[in-house]
Order: sequence, then structure tokens, then C-alpha cells
Amino acid sequence: MSAFNNPFSPDVRLGAACGCGKHRSRVEHDAEAATLRDEPAGNDTEMLNGRVIQSAVMRALFPRDETRRRFLAAVGSSGALAAVSSVVPFGALEAMAQDKGALEKKDLKIGFIPITCATPLIMADPLGFYRKQGLNVTLNKTAGWALIRDKMLNKEHDASHFLSPMPLAISLGLGSAAQAMNVATIQNINGQAITLHVKHKDKRDPKQWKGFKFAVPFDYSMHNFLLRYYVAEHGLDPDTDIQIRVTPPPEMVANLRAGNIDGFLGPDPFNQRAVYDEVGFIHILSKELWDGHPCCAFGVSDAFIKENPNTFAALYRAVLTSAAMAREARNRQLIAEVISPPNYLNQPVTVVEQVLTGKYADGLGNVKNVPDRADFDPFPWHSMAVWILTQMKRWGYIKGEVDYRQIAEKVFMVTDARKHMAELEMKAPARSYAKFKVMGKEFDPAKPDAYLASFAIRKAA
Amino acid sequence: MSSRDFWRATALSLVFLTVLLGVWHLATLPKQQASAANDEYAKLMGKDTKKTEGLPTPAQVGETAWKHLADPFYDRGSNDKGIGIQLAYSLARVGLGYVLAILFAVPLGFLIGMSPLMHRALDPFIQVLKPISPLAWMPLALYTIKDSSVSGVFVIFICSVWPMLINTAHGVASVRRDWLNVARTLEVKPVRKAFQVILPAAAPTILTGMRISMGIAWLVIVAAEMLVGGTGIGYFVWNEWNNLNLANVIFAILTIGVVGMALDLAIGRLQKLVTYVD
Repeated sequence: MSAFNNPFSPDVRLGAACGCGKHRSRVEHDAEAATLRDEPAGNDTEMLNGRVIQSAVMRALFPRDETRRRFLAAVGSSGALAAVSSVVPFGALEAMAQDKGALEKKDLKIGFIPITCATPLIMADPLGFYRKQGLNVTLNKTAGWALIRDKMLNKEHDASHFLSPMPLAISLGLGSAAQAMNVATIQNINGQAITLHVKHKDKRDPKQWKGFKFAVPFDYSMHNFLLRYYVAEHGLDPDTDIQIRVTPPPEMVANLRAGNIDGFLGPDPFNQRAVYDEVGFIHILSKELWDGHPCCAFGVSDAFIKENPNTFAALYRAVLTSAAMAREARNRQLIAEVISPPNYLNQPVTVVEQVLTGKYADGLGNVKNVPDRADFDPFPWHSMAVWILTQMKRWGYIKGEVDYRQIAEKVFMVTDARKHMAELEMKAPARSYAKFKVMGKEFDPAKPDAYLASFAIRKAA
Repeated sequence: MSSRDFWRATALSLVFLTVLLGVWHLATLPKQQASAANDEYAKLMGKDTKKTEGLPTPAQVGETAWKHLADPFYDRGSNDKGIGIQLAYSLARVGLGYVLAILFAVPLGFLIGMSPLMHRALDPFIQVLKPISPLAWMPLALYTIKDSSVSGVFVIFICSVWPMLINTAHGVASVRRDWLNVARTLEVKPVRKAFQVILPAAAPTILTGMRISMGIAWLVIVAAEMLVGGTGIGYFVWNEWNNLNLANVIFAILTIGVVGMALDLAIGRLQKLVTYVD
């Protein structure tokens, strides 16, 4: 784990390849090096996190690893630390990562569904980002989205992994009692796919899908809305021509194997897992429908924020730190390794690795390379919320007039996200509305009603 | 049963077991892998590593079982605990729900058994509530109790209450008239009558109800934990199902069976203690 090695040592490489050439990857090399040095892995998180920041700075100062090593060899590591510290305020950077006010609540329970969408909030636990913020977080693996909702509503969980439409639905009182719920950050963008059973290898045209049974994770999910959008663009009415059923993501592969469903638009790693188990193939990545679409979110209730503002801020920083790290392609392999064990995803590392690195087997005999198959942009665009609301209205989940902007701006916490991203020196966009394209068709967040009216296939109001 | 019969039965059991394992072994023998043309693709499909295809062999399950039993109490975080800890969680939930059910069902059963009026008044409620699947209560329980763990205990309570209640009422109602008459002649006080005449007389029937309840409770806890998750043997099955790790699932199934049998035997022993010959 080179992020935790001393970046001021000339013997350490900060690049991606193995330094000595004897190992297949850098991770392996570091693992062996760690055992040789007899370093206890990950018990001194203070130091580790300091190292993460120092490594990041050193990488920024010396993009070429060679230069850095020559520099260090010349001046010695303590000299280098002093020299670099004089220009870069390491202390301040580390303090920035620490809390400003006293934490109201330190022991937190956070719910999650074992899918790669939750990568930032999961990896923050094994990598110690929560502890760094003074939080003692218990991650609770939860059996399905309905339970995620119920456990948030009855306050068993303090914060939770959500599908990004869920806080909108809960705030509107759709499918549950209304409670003010917020999207603090988007967890991930892209990273979903339509997976079909291997027996449908020759039915690649959605027009042939009449009568198919598809699974989606939840009614209020991007998966449901994207699947409906996709088949509707191909002339099928999702309410009458195909069957859509709600199935918890972990049960999708088992159902596909049993033949209960013909396919699913589901979260990874289960698309890749279906390929790995040779029961399905990846028909299309969700990225090809809408590049940059949000999927899951990190959410908290209004009440929690009001009662625990400092804790909430600390939590915010921990999750954003994770997101920043997860965005970097070079960290993906390490992340796949720390989130795969039984305590988190409980999946083979190679499956998770294929999802996160984007180099994957598609189930049809091809190796594909799509580096942005999954990404972790945390910024909660208001325009995303407006799009979700238009689709909720399109398929009859919301009836009557909708004040798109008001709801979007209440639930998606753009101002807070911007503030905390600035603290961590992450770039946040200045606007919160942007036009984007879904399957080639432009969406203008300023004209949601016109957008909605432009669809031929929709549920009659 | 003579000792000769015992040995013959045991030998036959062993033969059945051997046949079962043999068939299982032959049915799950690994098929010869066609060597893949595209090496990189094969690697991504996990062909280069030991990957279980389909059902595991008896040897694989044995290996898995050994691994779990060798270290039953490990705790690697909130979602990954040893089989011993998971069983303890399940048993604690069952125990709690079951004891609550006894405290509720036995006194109420006495009341119903001793008073024909109460019997007729409460009968429609019991008849309607009895056939409801305990898991159907789960959404309602979660919504009202607002705690998934307590909801699990509630589901155990609600499923084990009915057999106990009905058996207690039946046992109490069918205590022999002669004994009650004797008690009345001797002017025994009602409390003493309940504890010294009716309870011992009805005990075997009550214990039968408790035995049925325990069986049902153990069936239900697995399903309830699969639904609610978190901890317990049911969660263990669900978590391994997510990973499509059938060796672990089969091991868990066997464990559930063995523990269920142990619970049943324990109450069977109790039942023997209170059985009497007329």
C-alpha cells in the first residue's frame, strides 16, 4: 500500500508499477515489502493519514517519480521534509482534515447495501477515514432498499447509503411516511449495466424483449428509471410490454441463474458477477445511456443534521476524502482489495477489480477496457434531481404539479457539498444546474415540463 | 429395542449416509475445463484460480465446515463474525421470543381452558391469527416497534404463541373430572388447585405445545434473519447466498439442522420428566 509508505524515502516508488520487477503488481510488491519490514498494517491511522497527505503533495510536486527520488537521494529525507514543509503547510492540511467543533455524537451506525456504488462510504472504514475524523462508525450490511428506508425512518441508522431518488421520494412521502431526507453527496456515477441471461445472446435488439422479465433494485432507483427510459426509446412500454420486478441486488444473480428473470438493470458487482458465474452477459453499460448519471447517494435526515452539525460535518469530510481517493484510477486496485472481504462486499476480488478498473470480461468472450465504467464524483447536481423528478412524474410515481426546483434544492445539499469540498481542496462546479444528454436527447433543467411532454411513451396522467 | 436391533439400524443409517455422499460426490465431480483460447479473458473469468463451479463436492463442504468449526468465534467487524457468534445471536433471539411466548400463552391458556365462556369469546381471534405466517407481521412490526432486532424477537413470539396457547387450553380443559371433583370435596383453594392439580395433569400436553413451538420458532428465525439481516445464522446464509458460496450455505443448512435437533431433544427430555401414567 504505497500510499502509506514514507514518500520521503528514495527507496519508495509512488508510481503504479512494481518497483523491483519481481511482482505482478505494485500491491503485491508492497505487501511483501511490508512483511519484510514487519510493519503492523494500518494500526497507526494518524500516521497513515499524514502519510496519505504527504504522498499526495510529493506526487504533485514531483510528477516524475525519478525526479523525486533523485531529489531525495541528494538532500536526504529529513532535509526534504523540512524543505517541502517550508512551502507546503502539512500541519494545516492535516488539521483541515480534522474536526473544528466538538462532535455531538461519536458512535454512528451507517447502513449500506453490498454493492460497488457504496465504495466511498465502505472504504472509509478499512482505510480509517472515519476514525481520522474522530468517528466510531459501524457499517451495517442491510438486506434490501426497503429496509434501508425503514431503518433510516426509525432512526436505527444515523446515515445511510441510498439510491439517489430515495431521499426525494421519502421527502415527498412517496411509498412511506414523509420525512425530510437529504442527499449530502452522490456516491457514484455510472457503474451500472443491463445484464441479460446467456440464453438471450442473440437478442441484442430491445425490440425483441417483449414479455421479458427484468429486475431492478427498487421502485425509486436510477435503475428503474434508466431501464424504463431505455426500453421506451426502443418503442416498448415498460408498464405493459415488459415486466419489471423489484429484487434486492444481491439476489439478482441467483434469480438470473434460476431463470426467474431474463435480465436486470442492476448495480455492480452483480453484473460482473453474473458474467463471472457464466449465467449472464453485459448487454450495455449504463454509462452508454447517460454518461455521468448519478446512482447512489450518501444521505442523512434533516433531524440528524440539526441535532449533530459537527458530527455531520466530520462525516461529510470522511466520505468526501474517500470519494477523492476513489476517483483516482491508480487507487482502484487497492480499493477493490479493501472492500471485497466478507465484512463488506463479500465478493471475489477479481470481480470487484474488473468493475473498478474498467478492464472486464463482457460474458461474450471479449475483454473490454472502459476506465470510466464506474466513477465517484460526489457533487450533487440539482439538475440530476430535476431529471429524476421528471421521470417519477413520467411513470406516474408523482401525480399533479411538481415544483422541481424547490424540491431539488431542498434535498440535494449543493451548498454544503461545495463548502466541504473546498475544505478538502476538491474542485466543485460553480453552477448546480447543467444540461446533459440521455441517449442522445438533451435535457434542459430549466424546462422540465417541456422535456416531459416530449416523450411519446409515458403513463397517462 | 434390543441391542441387536439398535446395531442393525445404525448400520443401515451408515449405509444410507455412504450412498448419499457417494451420489453427491459423483454428481458434483468437476468437469474437464475446455482450455480457453483467449488467456486474458479466461483470467478475468477466474479460470486460473480455484473457482467453484455449480454445486460443491462433499469434500469441499467438509473443508469449509472444518474451517468454520476450527474458529467459530472470530469477529472481523460488524458484518463478518464466526458461526458460533451467529448461532448465539439466533439462539438469543429465539430464547427471548420463546420465553415471552411462554409467559403470555400459558396463563392465557389456563384461563381459556378453565372457562368455557372465555374459550368461546376468544376462539374466533385465535382462529384468525393462528394461520398468519409470522413473517407477514414483519413490515408491521418494523413500522411500529422501530427496531429490527426487537421485531425479530416479536416474530418469534407471535409464531410460538399459538401452539402453546392451544395446547395449554386443551390440556387444562381435559383434566379428568374426578380429580377436579376430589379437589372440590377437599375444599382446595383455586390457586393451589391450579398449581397442584391442573398444572401437573396438563403438563404433558403443555410441553407438547412447547415442543411444537420450538420447532416453528427455529424454522422462522432463519427466515426472519434473512429478511432483516445484521446478525444470526439466517444472516449468515443470506450473506453467503450473495456471494453464491454454496459450500458455506450447505454448511449453514447442516448446522441449522443439528441445532434444531438439539433443541427438540432438550424439550423432549423435559417432556419425559413430566409425563405420568394414569
